[in-house]
Amino acid sequence: MSEAAVKTVRKHRPKYLNLPALIFEIRLPLPGWISILHRISGALLFVALVWLLWMLDRSLASEAAFSKIKHYAGLWPVKLSLLVLVWAYCHHFFAGIRYLFLDLDKGIDLATARLTSWLVLASSLATTAFLAWKIW
Amino acid sequence: MTQRIVTGAHYGLRDWLAQRITAVIMAVYSVMAVVVFLSNKSMTYPVWRDLFSQGWMRVATLLFMASLAWHAWVGVRDILMDYVKAAGLRLALEVLVLLTIAAYVGWTIQILWR
Repeated sequence: MSEAAVKTVRKHRPKYLNLPALIFEIRLPLPGWISILHRISGALLFVALVWLLWMLDRSLASEAAFSKIKHYAGLWPVKLSLLVLVWAYCHHFFAGIRYLFLDLDKGIDLATARLTSWLVLASSLATTAFLAWKIW
Repeated sequence: MTQRIVTGAHYGLRDWLAQRITAVIMAVYSVMAVVVFLSNKSMTYPVWRDLFSQGWMRVATLLFMASLAWHAWVGVRDILMDYVKAAGLRLALEVLVLLTIAAYVGWTIQILWR
Protein backbone atom coordinates (compact mmCIF):
# COMPACT_ATOMS: atom_id res chain seq x y z
CA MET A 1 0.00 0.00 0.00
CA SER A 2 1.34 3.42 -0.93
CA GLU A 3 1.69 6.20 1.63
CA ALA A 4 -1.21 8.17 0.09
CA ALA A 5 -3.55 5.19 0.17
CA VAL A 6 -2.71 4.59 3.83
CA LYS A 7 -3.59 8.17 4.69
CA THR A 8 -7.07 8.00 3.17
CA VAL A 9 -7.83 4.71 4.89
CA ARG A 10 -6.69 5.88 8.34
CA LYS A 11 -9.58 7.27 10.35
CA HIS A 12 -9.29 10.41 12.40
CA ARG A 13 -10.24 9.24 15.85
CA PRO A 14 -10.73 11.72 18.69
CA LYS A 15 -7.88 11.86 21.20
CA TYR A 16 -8.97 11.72 24.79
CA LEU A 17 -5.73 11.68 26.70
CA ASN A 18 -5.56 14.97 28.57
CA LEU A 19 -4.15 14.87 32.10
CA PRO A 20 -7.43 15.18 34.09
CA ALA A 21 -8.93 12.37 32.03
CA LEU A 22 -5.87 10.21 32.69
CA ILE A 23 -6.08 10.87 36.42
CA PHE A 24 -9.82 10.89 37.11
CA GLU A 25 -11.60 9.13 34.29
CA ILE A 26 -9.45 6.42 32.74
CA ARG A 27 -9.10 3.82 35.46
CA LEU A 28 -5.99 1.71 35.22
CA PRO A 29 -6.86 -1.90 36.06
CA LEU A 30 -4.85 -3.63 38.79
CA PRO A 31 -2.54 -5.57 36.44
CA GLY A 32 -1.82 -2.19 34.83
CA TRP A 33 -0.77 -0.80 38.19
CA ILE A 34 1.55 -3.77 38.71
CA SER A 35 3.03 -3.02 35.30
CA ILE A 36 3.67 0.69 35.80
CA LEU A 37 4.98 0.07 39.32
CA HIS A 38 7.34 -2.53 37.83
CA ARG A 39 8.72 0.14 35.52
CA ILE A 40 8.87 2.84 38.21
CA SER A 41 10.56 0.53 40.73
CA GLY A 42 13.08 -0.56 38.10
CA ALA A 43 13.93 3.01 37.16
CA LEU A 44 14.20 3.94 40.84
CA LEU A 45 16.57 1.06 41.57
CA PHE A 46 18.77 1.99 38.62
CA VAL A 47 18.99 5.63 39.75
CA ALA A 48 19.71 4.55 43.34
CA LEU A 49 22.37 2.05 42.31
CA VAL A 50 25.20 4.56 42.61
CA TRP A 51 24.19 5.29 46.22
CA LEU A 52 23.88 1.59 47.12
CA LEU A 53 27.29 0.84 45.55
CA TRP A 54 28.79 3.72 47.50
CA MET A 55 27.42 2.29 50.75
CA LEU A 56 28.74 -1.20 49.89
CA ASP A 57 32.12 0.36 49.06
CA ARG A 58 32.30 2.25 52.38
CA SER A 59 31.00 -0.66 54.46
CA LEU A 60 33.81 -2.90 53.22
CA ALA A 61 36.55 -0.25 53.38
CA SER A 62 37.45 -0.44 57.07
CA GLU A 63 36.05 -0.97 60.57
CA ALA A 64 35.66 2.79 61.08
CA ALA A 65 33.98 3.32 57.71
CA PHE A 66 31.64 0.41 58.50
CA SER A 67 30.54 2.03 61.77
CA LYS A 68 30.02 5.33 59.99
CA ILE A 69 27.79 3.70 57.37
CA LYS A 70 25.89 1.83 60.09
CA HIS A 71 25.23 5.13 61.85
CA TYR A 72 24.37 6.81 58.52
CA ALA A 73 21.87 4.05 57.67
CA GLY A 74 20.16 4.69 61.01
CA LEU A 75 19.32 8.32 60.22
CA TRP A 76 15.63 8.58 59.47
CA PRO A 77 15.80 10.10 55.94
CA VAL A 78 18.31 7.40 54.95
CA LYS A 79 16.20 4.72 56.64
CA LEU A 80 13.09 5.91 54.82
CA SER A 81 14.89 5.97 51.45
CA LEU A 82 16.27 2.48 52.04
CA LEU A 83 12.80 1.27 52.99
CA VAL A 84 11.43 2.61 49.69
CA LEU A 85 14.26 0.88 47.83
CA VAL A 86 13.64 -2.40 49.67
CA TRP A 87 9.99 -2.15 48.63
CA ALA A 88 11.02 -1.30 45.03
CA TYR A 89 13.28 -4.37 44.97
CA CYS A 90 10.56 -6.63 46.41
CA HIS A 91 7.94 -5.33 44.00
CA HIS A 92 10.28 -5.70 41.02
CA PHE A 93 11.15 -9.21 42.23
CA PHE A 94 7.59 -10.50 42.67
CA ALA A 95 6.11 -8.69 39.65
CA GLY A 96 9.06 -10.00 37.62
CA ILE A 97 8.33 -13.59 38.63
CA ARG A 98 4.70 -12.98 37.60
CA TYR A 99 5.89 -11.77 34.17
CA LEU A 100 8.09 -14.83 33.74
CA PHE A 101 4.99 -16.99 34.22
CA LEU A 102 2.97 -14.77 31.85
CA ASP A 103 5.73 -15.23 29.26
CA LEU A 104 5.17 -18.97 29.58
CA ASP A 105 1.43 -18.42 28.99
CA LYS A 106 0.67 -19.27 32.61
CA GLY A 107 -2.03 -17.25 34.37
CA ILE A 108 -3.09 -15.11 31.42
CA ASP A 109 -6.87 -15.37 31.91
CA LEU A 110 -8.40 -12.33 33.56
CA ALA A 111 -9.37 -13.88 36.90
CA THR A 112 -5.93 -15.43 37.46
CA ALA A 113 -4.13 -12.29 36.25
CA ARG A 114 -6.06 -10.21 38.81
CA LEU A 115 -5.44 -12.71 41.58
CA THR A 116 -1.69 -12.86 40.89
CA SER A 117 -1.62 -9.04 40.80
CA TRP A 118 -3.03 -8.96 44.33
CA LEU A 119 -0.52 -11.63 45.33
CA VAL A 120 2.35 -9.49 43.97
CA LEU A 121 1.17 -6.45 45.93
CA ALA A 122 0.65 -8.44 49.12
CA SER A 123 3.92 -10.39 48.97
CA SER A 124 6.04 -7.35 48.15
CA LEU A 125 4.55 -5.37 51.07
CA ALA A 126 4.81 -8.34 53.43
CA THR A 127 8.43 -9.03 52.43
CA THR A 128 9.30 -5.34 52.80
CA ALA A 129 7.80 -5.35 56.29
CA PHE A 130 9.64 -8.57 57.18
CA LEU A 131 13.01 -7.31 55.93
CA ALA A 132 12.53 -3.93 57.65
CA TRP A 133 11.78 -5.75 60.90
CA LYS A 134 14.86 -7.96 60.47
CA ILE A 135 17.24 -5.16 59.48
CA TRP A 136 16.20 -2.58 62.10
CA MET B 1 1.27 -1.63 9.72
CA THR B 2 4.79 -2.06 10.97
CA GLN B 3 7.50 0.41 10.12
CA ARG B 4 10.93 -0.74 11.11
CA ILE B 5 13.83 1.63 11.00
CA VAL B 6 16.35 -0.91 12.16
CA THR B 7 15.96 -4.16 10.28
CA GLY B 8 17.54 -7.53 10.83
CA ALA B 9 16.73 -11.08 11.79
CA HIS B 10 15.23 -11.63 15.27
CA TYR B 11 15.85 -8.02 16.16
CA GLY B 12 15.33 -7.57 19.88
CA LEU B 13 14.84 -11.24 20.70
CA ARG B 14 18.28 -11.64 22.23
CA ASP B 15 17.78 -8.69 24.59
CA TRP B 16 14.30 -9.89 25.50
CA LEU B 17 15.66 -13.32 26.37
CA ALA B 18 18.72 -11.92 28.14
CA GLN B 19 16.53 -9.76 30.35
CA ARG B 20 14.65 -12.85 31.51
CA ILE B 21 17.72 -15.03 32.04
CA THR B 22 19.51 -12.31 34.01
CA ALA B 23 16.31 -11.83 36.04
CA VAL B 24 16.41 -15.49 37.11
CA ILE B 25 20.13 -15.23 38.03
CA MET B 26 19.45 -12.13 40.16
CA ALA B 27 16.40 -13.72 41.78
CA VAL B 28 18.45 -16.77 42.83
CA TYR B 29 21.23 -14.53 44.19
CA SER B 30 18.71 -12.37 46.07
CA VAL B 31 17.15 -15.30 47.89
CA MET B 32 20.61 -16.69 48.68
CA ALA B 33 21.84 -13.29 49.93
CA VAL B 34 18.82 -12.74 52.19
CA VAL B 35 19.27 -16.21 53.71
CA VAL B 36 23.01 -15.63 54.26
CA PHE B 37 22.54 -12.12 55.71
CA LEU B 38 19.73 -13.16 58.04
CA SER B 39 21.53 -16.28 59.24
CA ASN B 40 24.00 -14.02 61.06
CA LYS B 41 22.65 -12.84 64.38
CA SER B 42 24.36 -9.47 64.38
CA MET B 43 26.04 -7.92 61.37
CA THR B 44 29.39 -6.70 62.68
CA TYR B 45 32.30 -5.57 60.54
CA PRO B 46 34.32 -8.85 60.85
CA VAL B 47 31.27 -10.90 59.83
CA TRP B 48 30.53 -8.56 56.90
CA ARG B 49 34.17 -8.47 55.75
CA ASP B 50 34.66 -12.24 56.03
CA LEU B 51 31.49 -12.83 54.04
CA PHE B 52 32.74 -10.74 51.14
CA SER B 53 36.30 -12.11 51.36
CA GLN B 54 35.13 -15.59 50.39
CA GLY B 55 35.74 -16.53 46.77
CA TRP B 56 32.26 -17.87 46.04
CA MET B 57 30.60 -14.75 47.47
CA ARG B 58 32.80 -12.48 45.35
CA VAL B 59 32.12 -14.45 42.19
CA ALA B 60 28.38 -14.70 42.93
CA THR B 61 28.16 -10.97 43.59
CA LEU B 62 30.06 -10.19 40.41
CA LEU B 63 27.71 -12.50 38.46
CA PHE B 64 24.80 -10.64 40.05
CA MET B 65 26.27 -7.31 39.01
CA ALA B 66 26.96 -8.50 35.46
CA SER B 67 23.35 -9.71 35.23
CA LEU B 68 22.13 -6.42 36.64
CA ALA B 69 24.17 -4.51 34.08
CA TRP B 70 22.61 -6.31 31.13
CA HIS B 71 19.12 -6.37 32.69
CA ALA B 72 19.18 -2.66 33.55
CA TRP B 73 20.49 -1.78 30.11
CA VAL B 74 17.52 -3.47 28.40
CA GLY B 75 15.09 -1.93 30.89
CA VAL B 76 16.42 1.60 30.73
CA ARG B 77 16.65 1.42 26.95
CA ASP B 78 12.97 0.38 26.83
CA ILE B 79 12.06 3.38 28.98
CA LEU B 80 14.09 5.74 26.76
CA MET B 81 12.48 4.30 23.62
CA ASP B 82 9.03 4.95 25.11
CA TYR B 83 9.51 8.49 26.39
CA VAL B 84 12.42 10.12 24.54
CA LYS B 85 11.34 10.62 20.95
CA ALA B 86 14.15 12.85 19.68
CA ALA B 87 16.70 10.47 18.14
CA GLY B 88 19.77 12.53 19.00
CA LEU B 89 18.83 13.00 22.64
CA ARG B 90 17.89 9.35 22.96
CA LEU B 91 21.22 8.23 21.53
CA ALA B 92 23.10 10.58 23.85
CA LEU B 93 21.19 9.25 26.88
CA GLU B 94 21.76 5.66 25.79
CA VAL B 95 25.49 6.22 25.52
CA LEU B 96 25.45 7.89 28.94
CA VAL B 97 23.58 4.94 30.45
CA LEU B 98 25.99 2.43 28.87
CA LEU B 99 29.03 4.30 30.18
CA THR B 100 27.45 4.55 33.64
CA ILE B 101 26.69 0.81 33.71
CA ALA B 102 30.23 -0.03 32.59
CA ALA B 103 31.60 2.19 35.34
CA TYR B 104 29.38 0.45 37.92
CA VAL B 105 30.70 -2.97 36.89
CA GLY B 106 34.28 -1.70 37.15
CA TRP B 107 33.55 -0.20 40.55
CA THR B 108 31.98 -3.46 41.75
CA ILE B 109 35.14 -5.40 40.82
CA GLN B 110 37.17 -2.81 42.71
CA ILE B 111 34.94 -3.13 45.78
CA LEU B 112 35.00 -6.93 45.79
CA TRP B 113 38.74 -7.41 45.12
CA ARG B 114 40.31 -4.56 47.01
